[in-house]
Amino acid sequence: MKILVPLKRVPDPDTKIRIQSDGSGIDLDGVKFAVNPFDAIALEEALRIEEKLGEIEIVVVSIGGDECVEQLRVGLAMGADRAVLVKTSESSDSLAIAKILAAVYQREQPDFVLMGKQAIDDDSNQAGQMLAALLGVGQATFVSKLELIENNTKARCGRETDAGIETVTVKLPAILTTDLRLNEPRYVSLPGIMKAKKKPLEEIELASLGVAAVSRTKVLKLEAPPKRKAGVRVKTVDELVDKLKHDAKVI
Amino acid sequence: MANILVIAEHDGGQLKLATLSAVAFSKRVVVDAGGAFDILVLGENVGGTAESLRNYGAAGVLVADNAQLKSPVADKYAHVIGGVAKQRGSTMVVGAASTFSKDILPRAAALMDAGMVSDVVDVSRDGDDFIFKRVLFAGNAIATVKLEGAVKFLTVRAAAFAHPAKGPDASPVVSITVEADKLPAFIQYDGSEAKVAGRPDSTEARVVVSGGRAIKNAEDFERLVGGLADALGAAVGSSRALVDSGITPNSLQVGQTGKIVAPELYIAVGISGAIQHLAGMKDTKVIVAINKDADAPIFEVADFGLVGDVYSVVPELIEKLKK
Ligand SMILES: Cc1cc2nc3c(=O)[nH]c(=O)nc-3n(C[C@H](O)[C@H](O)[C@H](O)COP(=O)(O)OP(=O)(O)OC[C@H]3O[C@@H](n4cnc5c(N)ncnc54)[C@H](O)[C@@H]3O)c2cc1C
Ligand SMILES: Nc1ncnc2c1ncn2[C@@H]1O[C@H](COP(=O)(O)O)[C@@H](O)[C@H]1O
Repeated sequence: MKILVPLKRVPDPDTKIRIQSDGSGIDLDGVKFAVNPFDAIALEEALRIEEKLGEIEIVVVSIGGDECVEQLRVGLAMGADRAVLVKTSESSDSLAIAKILAAVYQREQPDFVLMGKQAIDDDSNQAGQMLAALLGVGQATFVSKLELIENNTKARCGRETDAGIETVTVKLPAILTTDLRLNEPRYVSLPGIMKAKKKPLEEIELASLGVAAVSRTKVLKLEAPPKRKAGVRVKTVDELVDKLKHDAKVI
Repeated sequence: MANILVIAEHDGGQLKLATLSAVAFSKRVVVDAGGAFDILVLGENVGGTAESLRNYGAAGVLVADNAQLKSPVADKYAHVIGGVAKQRGSTMVVGAASTFSKDILPRAAALMDAGMVSDVVDVSRDGDDFIFKRVLFAGNAIATVKLEGAVKFLTVRAAAFAHPAKGPDASPVVSITVEADKLPAFIQYDGSEAKVAGRPDSTEARVVVSGGRAIKNAEDFERLVGGLADALGAAVGSSRALVDSGITPNSLQVGQTGKIVAPELYIAVGISGAIQHLAGMKDTKVIVAINKDADAPIFEVADFGLVGDVYSVVPELIEKLKK
C-alpha cells in the first residue's frame, strides 16, 4: 500500500505575521516556518496506519521553492519513506496546487491521499476537494476519525461539520483531509533526523510534470484588519451588568 | 453582468440562515453590475425550503429534489451543482462559508475548471470584473484579490453581509431534473451524531457565551457557560482547549479552524485570546472578557474586561442577570 501526503511550508502558527508596508506580501523577516499543522496530522495518521498494517510506503510531497526541502526533511524525520519536491517559483492557488498534485498522483499511483483540510496561511480549504474532483475519486473532508475497512478498500471517516460529527464511508482511492482532532503528531526524534538524511528526496521541475497550473487567483494587496481598541476594565459584576445594559445596550 | 447561482444550505429542510448572507452578497453584485441570481436547493422533500426562499428577488428558486440527495454528500452534490451551473450559464456560484460549502463547492469548482475564493467579506466592481476582499492568516490579513476565469466560485462570511428583507414578489420555483443513475457514488453517508437541541447555533445567535481552559469539566461548563448563556438566551461556544480535552464537542469550537461568529455580544469565559481563537470572534460588536490573568491577550480586544475567577464571577453574573 502507498499513501501520498502533501506537506505545505507555512509560517509557524505561533509567529505573529506582519504585513509589508506596501501591502505586497507578508514580512518574512524573522518568520519561522513549519509544516502546515493539518499536514503534520495527515502524516501522523499515515504513520499510524503503517504501524498497524505494516509494509506501507509513505511519500511526502511539497510544491514550492528549494526552501521546502526543510519541511520535507521534517516529514522524513517523522517517518515518511520518500520525499518529492515539485519546484516552482510561482505562487499557486488551490486549483493550481490540485492540478500539480493530480500529476504527482498519476506518477505515484498511491492507494489514497491524506492531506490537510486547510493551509493555515491562505486558509483556503480547497485543494483536497479540488484534487478529488480532478481525479474523479471520492473525498472525505475534515476527518477526525479514520478506519480502513473491507480489506482496506474503503475508509470509514468521522467528519467534523458545523452540526457535529458525521460519518461517511468512502471508496479508495480517495482524498481524505484532516481536522485537528484526528491525532496529535509526534515530535521529530534525533534518530529520526539521522535516518532522514539517508532517505530519498527527489526534486522535479514543475515543467517536467507537463501540467498547466496557472493560478486564477491574483492577490492585488494585503492589509492588516482594522484593529480593535481595548475597552475599559470593570471592577465588579454589578458594574459589568450596568455597562452592558446602559452603555453598550446589548442586554 | 453577473449570472449568479446561490447554493442554499439547510438542515433536513430547515433553512440555514447563513444562506441569506450569500443571497445578500448576490443582490449587491447584481444591483451593482446588472444580471440576476438563482437559488439552488438540493435535497429530498425540500419544497418547504424552496418556498421560504421565494421572496428574496431571485430570478428562480431551483429545486433538485431526489432521494439520492437526501444527505449532502460531496460527490453527488458537486455533480448536480456543476451541471446546473453549466446549464444556467452561471458566472458565479456562491455559498455561505460553512463546512457544507467548504466540502462541496471546491469540488464543483474543479469539475468546471473554475477558481475559488473562500471567506469573502467584501465585493466591488472593477470594470466588467470584480474585486473581492477575503480574510486569511488566521484573520491577521485581509487580501484584495481578483479571480480570473469565466466562472468564479465563492464562499462568503455570514457576518459580512446582512440578511436581506423579504419582498412582495415571489420567484418562480423551477424543478431541476436529477438523473439519479448518473450520479457518482464514491461516498456513502452513514449518519450524524444526534444534535444537542435547545440552544441556538453560535453562527446565528445574537449573543454567544464561550468557555475556555479555565473550565475544568463538562458539568462546570454546563453550569457556568451554559447557565450564563441561558440567562441571556444565548448560544454557547468554546475554545479549542476545551474541545481537545473532551469537555465540549467540536461543533462548539470558535476560531480559525472552527466557527466564525460575529454576534452583538460575545462573552469569553476563561479564554486567553490566542490569535486562532480571535480569528473566529473578533468581528463581534461587543466583547466581554472574564479572566483571572490581568495580562491575558483577550483583554486587548475586549470592550469590557473583568479580572476575576470565573468560578465566582460567573455564578454572580448569572444571579444578577436573572433579577
Ligand atoms: C493550527 C491551529 C489551529 C487552531 N485553531 C483554533 C481555533 O479554531 N479555535 C481556538 O480556540 N483555538 C485554536 N487553536 C488553539 C489556540 O492556539 C489556543 O491554544 C487555544 O485557543 C487556547 O484555548 P484557551 O484560551 O481556552 O486556553 P488557554 O490559552 O490555556 O487559556 C486559559 C485562560 O483561562 C484563564 N483562567 C484559568 N483559570 C481561570 C479561572 N479560574 N478564572 C478565570 N480565568 C482563568 C487563564 O488566565 C488563561 O488566560 C489552534 C491552534 C493551532 C496550532
Ligand atoms: N504548496 C503546497 N505543497 C504541498 N501541499 C500543499 C501546498 N499547498 C496546499 N497544499 C495541500 O493542500 C491542503 C489545503 O490547502 P488550501 O486549499 O490552500 O487551504 C494543505 O493542507 C496541503 O495538504
